[in-house]
Amino acid sequence: MSECAIRVKDLRKEYPGRSGPVKAVNGIDLEIARGECFGLLGPNGAGKTTTVEILEGLNQPTSGEVEVLGMTWARNASAIRQRIGVTLQETRFPDKETVHEVVTVFRSFYHKGLEPDSVLARVSLESKASAYVEQLSGGQQQRLAVAVALVGDPDIVFLDEPTTGLDPQSRRQLWEVIREFRDRGRTVVLTTHYMDEAERLCDRVAIVDQGEVIALGPPAELIARMGGEHIVEFAVEGPADETTLPESFRDLDSVLASRAESDGIALTVAEPHRAIPALLDELDRRARPLARLTTRHVSLEDVFVSLTGRHLRDDETNADAPPTRRGRRRAL
Amino acid sequence: MLESSPLAQLYFVRLRDFYRQPARVFWVYGFPTLLAIALGFAFRNRPPAPVQADLVAGEHSNAIKIVVANHNAIAGRVTKGQVSLAPVIELAEHPRAEAINRLKTGKTPLVIEPEDAESWTYRYDPTRPEAAAARQVVDEVLQEAAGRTNPRGTRDIAVDDPGSRYIDFLIPGLIGMNAMGGGLWGIGFLLVNFRVAKLLKRFVATPMPRRDFLLALLGARLTFILPDLAVLLLLGTLMFGMPIRGSLLLVLGIDMIGALAFAGIGLLVGSRATTTEAVSGLMNLVMLPMWIFSGVFFSSERFPAAMQPFIQALPLTQLVSALRQVMLEGAGLVQVAPAIGILAAWAIVTFTLALKMFRWS
Repeated sequence: MSECAIRVKDLRKEYPGRSGPVKAVNGIDLEIARGECFGLLGPNGAGKTTTVEILEGLNQPTSGEVEVLGMTWARNASAIRQRIGVTLQETRFPDKETVHEVVTVFRSFYHKGLEPDSVLARVSLESKASAYVEQLSGGQQQRLAVAVALVGDPDIVFLDEPTTGLDPQSRRQLWEVIREFRDRGRTVVLTTHYMDEAERLCDRVAIVDQGEVIALGPPAELIARMGGEHIVEFAVEGPADETTLPESFRDLDSVLASRAESDGIALTVAEPHRAIPALLDELDRRARPLARLTTRHVSLEDVFVSLTGRHLRDDETNADAPPTRRGRRRAL
Repeated sequence: MLESSPLAQLYFVRLRDFYRQPARVFWVYGFPTLLAIALGFAFRNRPPAPVQADLVAGEHSNAIKIVVANHNAIAGRVTKGQVSLAPVIELAEHPRAEAINRLKTGKTPLVIEPEDAESWTYRYDPTRPEAAAARQVVDEVLQEAAGRTNPRGTRDIAVDDPGSRYIDFLIPGLIGMNAMGGGLWGIGFLLVNFRVAKLLKRFVATPMPRRDFLLALLGARLTFILPDLAVLLLLGTLMFGMPIRGSLLLVLGIDMIGALAFAGIGLLVGSRATTTEAVSGLMNLVMLPMWIFSGVFFSSERFPAAMQPFIQALPLTQLVSALRQVMLEGAGLVQVAPAIGILAAWAIVTFTLALKMFRWS
């Protein structure tokens, strides 16, 4: 048996568009090992879903090679389907089916698999077994979707944006389910545009932008590649002038990089205890008081921004949007 | 084991989905029943409507009153299954001025004013059909009472045999309409709903045998045909005494082939549409011509001859007319074979096309 759960070589997908073909996937190479939790991280429209749907056999690539568990979709489609589980973005199961019935129906499609009751226990939906789908909350519906993905006892499970739109508690519950599955030696491929999800859950991530993988590796390693481990974010009082330009702070002690944030400046810093005094001295010299100062650890979001100059989530490119940093922030 | 049979499981989903939605049960069973009852009563055969007339009070009015009373005594009576078909005359006596005023204001269609013992005047507006009819009936009764004889013998027979009434015509039409609605809503609309909910895509991501998915849909359609048919047939026979002159099995067989033809059309309509708005439009486009032309409520033979080839090619026309032939005329398989052939052709062509066009996402 191949050690590789998934192998992708020079994958390309073009859609016809109004002004010439649109390259949704533009030459992606991936090797995902068995037992790995692998994340495709990127903004909406980066090509994550297209890539995953090609891996799931739901979409045909324009060119490139795809191997799933050592098999190809052209020759072994039904054998692959027996061994993978899938959640799509926003599947709505029939309103008037009970949770148990939905899982039982999907169980019948697989030669081997789990008992509906045990798979419901795994996603903590036992108490909802006889509830109609329409009575479930968003988080419960998403857990049902995961239960349906797991009922065939798959070797690989594909989760497309599994926690989008869920409250923090539901997200954590789902993370537990995913970790538990991975810990039994199974492979997880998930897409997300939440960097904290990728950081906490994934053994490795591929950062995808405009149909290409722009960074690949364990989250900690990608963060380490930034050079510094800390981000200092601050804003100054007063009018926009030289002092509000990121370039003015690039040469401070221990500062590795500097960039404009939605309402201030973010410095990538190796040692905060040296960089912050230097920053305060510099602002003193310019006689500009601070409006705000926070520090946090570098996140994958910062990796993405440093690679592309853009934020992962569309709403954060808007300068008027309230800051919604998801890093482990601590206020000073 | 049914637990592990995809076909059985998918079939149960369809059944549960139906009976757990009371609104849907109403539209499929309740609505046609109510429609049949309402139309059955609205178009039921009534005894001839009575005729109204005013009589001007005076010394000669009494003779006319007696003649009319004698006539009315026979008019309402049923003797040995034969009804006297001459209508009852409702005569009201008023002073002259008041009677004429009532005529002017439309409260009575006819005023009879005796002149002497043997002659009288009719006042009425001849352009009003009920006034002309009243004058005709009253004059005939009064002349015959005065001794006029009819040189030729005639006899009136009221036609109200089961099988020839509107309700008998309507029930097979409603059965056909239910088969059409079932195929288009139960398959076309359902598929598009599944596509919108990404359920179709979710299904093909599993090793589900795709054939089983289609067979479960068809199996459920054919299952629902049974109560569909039973409700309308029981209503017709128990409530309205409708006859079923041909084979009940043939009625069921025709309805099933019709249901398959409409299932094919539903599959075609739902094969690609990605929004419920799009599929609703397509369904209306398909169903509207059949509601109008296929003779569900009124005979399709009233449409011009030039349109008949088109009308006869519609599956609902063939389904409804074959059902009527078997139920009302006692036709056998041979007589309805052409209709069955046309329905089967619809089923085969639409299924072939739909399976080629079908998209899971």
